[in-house]
Amino acid sequence: MKLDTTPRLADPDAIFTALAHAYCHLDDAQARAFDARLILLLTNHVGDDDVLREAIAIASDGLVPRDRAGDLDAVP
Amino acid sequence: MAPSHLRPGFGYRRSADQDAPAPVRHPVVVVGAGPTGLSMAIDLALHRVPVVLLDDDNTVSPGSRAVCYAKRTLEVWDRLGVGEAVVARGVGWRNGWVHHRKQLVYEFDLLTEAGHKMPAFTNLQQYLLEEALVARAHEMAGIDLRWRNRVIGLTVAADHVALVVDTPEGPYELQCEWLVAADGAKSFARRQLGLEFVGQTIRDRFLICDVATDADFPNLRQFWFDPPFHRERSVLMHRQADNLWRIDLQLGWYADPAAEQVPERVAMRLRRILGEEANFRVESAEVYTFQCRRLERFVHGRVLFAGDAAHQVSPFGARGANSGVQDADNLGWKLRLVLAGLAPAALLESYNRERVAAADENLRRAEQAAEFIAPRSPMARALRDAALHLAGRFSFARDFVNSGRLSQPTVYAGSPLTTPDHPADRFGGGVLPGAPCMDALVERSGEADWLLRHLGFCFTALVFDATPPSGQVERLAALPVPVRTVVVRVGTAEPAEEACLADTAGLARDRYDAQPGTTYLIRPDQHVAARWRRFDLTAIAAAMARATGSAEAA
Ligand SMILES: Cc1cc2nc3c(=O)[nH]c(=O)nc-3n(C[C@H](O)[C@H](O)[C@H](O)COP(=O)(O)OP(=O)(O)OC[C@H]3O[C@@H](n4cnc5c(N)ncnc54)[C@H](O)[C@@H]3O)c2cc1C
Repeated sequence: MKLDTTPRLADPDAIFTALAHAYCHLDDAQARAFDARLILLLTNHVGDDDVLREAIAIASDGLVPRDRAGDLDAVP
Repeated sequence: MAPSHLRPGFGYRRSADQDAPAPVRHPVVVVGAGPTGLSMAIDLALHRVPVVLLDDDNTVSPGSRAVCYAKRTLEVWDRLGVGEAVVARGVGWRNGWVHHRKQLVYEFDLLTEAGHKMPAFTNLQQYLLEEALVARAHEMAGIDLRWRNRVIGLTVAADHVALVVDTPEGPYELQCEWLVAADGAKSFARRQLGLEFVGQTIRDRFLICDVATDADFPNLRQFWFDPPFHRERSVLMHRQADNLWRIDLQLGWYADPAAEQVPERVAMRLRRILGEEANFRVESAEVYTFQCRRLERFVHGRVLFAGDAAHQVSPFGARGANSGVQDADNLGWKLRLVLAGLAPAALLESYNRERVAAADENLRRAEQAAEFIAPRSPMARALRDAALHLAGRFSFARDFVNSGRLSQPTVYAGSPLTTPDHPADRFGGGVLPGAPCMDALVERSGEADWLLRHLGFCFTALVFDATPPSGQVERLAALPVPVRTVVVRVGTAEPAEEACLADTAGLARDRYDAQPGTTYLIRPDQHVAARWRRFDLTAIAAAMARATGSAEAA
């Protein structure tokens, strides 16, 4: 696996709180816009197709049956 | 405002075949005089293969269809002798604006590289394109173009295909060794052979309008995501020749096509875009649903499918006509070699391999664009909007914005005809094996010339800055399928070397990553078959056997 899943942050509590706080004043639609922007910014920063695909797979785990992950016809 | 364009009427003429006592057999019949069939017929005729071209109509394409042709397609047409006419009749463009809601998010400039004969793109309404192709076909003695000849019967035999062709004077029979089915999306040949398309319909509808106006809109490709004048959907506006504008409005899957085509409603929608004061005339307005699908195989015995008959893509990215012409480009020389007995019929299987791969690439690109233009879930929509939001500030986000990537030629890298680079040759770039050659401004006998003009129709060994050992050029020319040698001198050619091209500015050297001795073997369709760091007769002969389907891949 190329995705680095070992602990890397100097102060994980602070970053986690910063992420949580970022949503404080956002309604659902705004939160969704925020998520999307953050994902794209970080995606580009990562800049590695393999790493990103691994992350997408892990993030999808348990949310959809494995054989339907990324299956467009499954989208309503 | 310019008057509406009148489509020419091409006359039906009785053919001698209609009076023959028995069905006449031709080497090749092409069905369908659209962009694909016309290009196919011209290419075959230039390869000295006589061709019968049948079309059920007596004029060029109706309605609003293809607009935008990419450089590689223009280069194919240039090889066929119509590139200059198409470019001269069309309009060039290089800038585009992308809008999101009320804002101009960014502008792009295709910044086309200098030193290519053909521009990056030319826009021209399909009927004018076809007029140029028909004019070229009509002037060629090798093409027997029969208007109002509709194929209504097709049977495949072991050594030929038998056709029944209907005409204003009744039906007649015709035979051919090879049939090129370029008869469009509703292909009769496809239905007759009982072949299915695999793929999907894009669940969306588009109102496609051609609008004539004197208003002075900028010559840009403009794309709007969710603009105030067409909320929640997209609009594309692009210029064609003679002050005609193509305007595409996304309507969504649940739009009612009949209601959307009512002239008052079309005019109302257009006024919102063009302004209440704009003076315009609607030349055509049709609601389309687009398909992304292809035949499983393009070669069915003696029937070869090309263009929309073989594959259909949504027009975002202008891939339909462009890929049909590239199908023809791929097939012409192979048919010629097979008919001349210089290559096994199995060579045609490489047409299937290479062009199915190209179709898949086009289909994937078209589906990606459809996904961006019409996101399928709320979060996909949020990602799309985030990309548009960030694109105003960050160039990385512009790369996500997909309003249709413009058509790029396919590299036949995995093809059995292509010899991969030898690692020891250490190419650091240049034109990859399987890729189409790049043009370059060169000189010949002191006059400006184009490299691509010297490539194509036959196999060519393109040699940089070296003189092949004596006698070897002749031996290449004497191979079963001859190879012509073209030498490029970087810098200035000696006055004595009249046959050489002089790469005065080093453009060709840079584009081909060339060192002294670098040799490219180039196919008749200008794609690279193989390349080496030195001129090696044995290697060239082996690559030739491979590129003509006479050797199994090593
Ligand atoms: C709105 C729209 C926009 C587009 N924009 C672009 C673009 O910008 N760039 C691009 O490259 N492509 C574009 N396309 C796609 C392009 O129009 C097609 O891909 C192209 O016309 C295909 O060419 P063809 O020769 O394969 O088929 P066609 O153009 O369909 O030609 C088939 C021909 O066969 C004839 N025929 C059919 N049946 C028979 C029969 N039984 N006997 C004899 N003749 C027959 C027909 O009369 C016709 O002349 C667009 C399409 C649409 C709808």
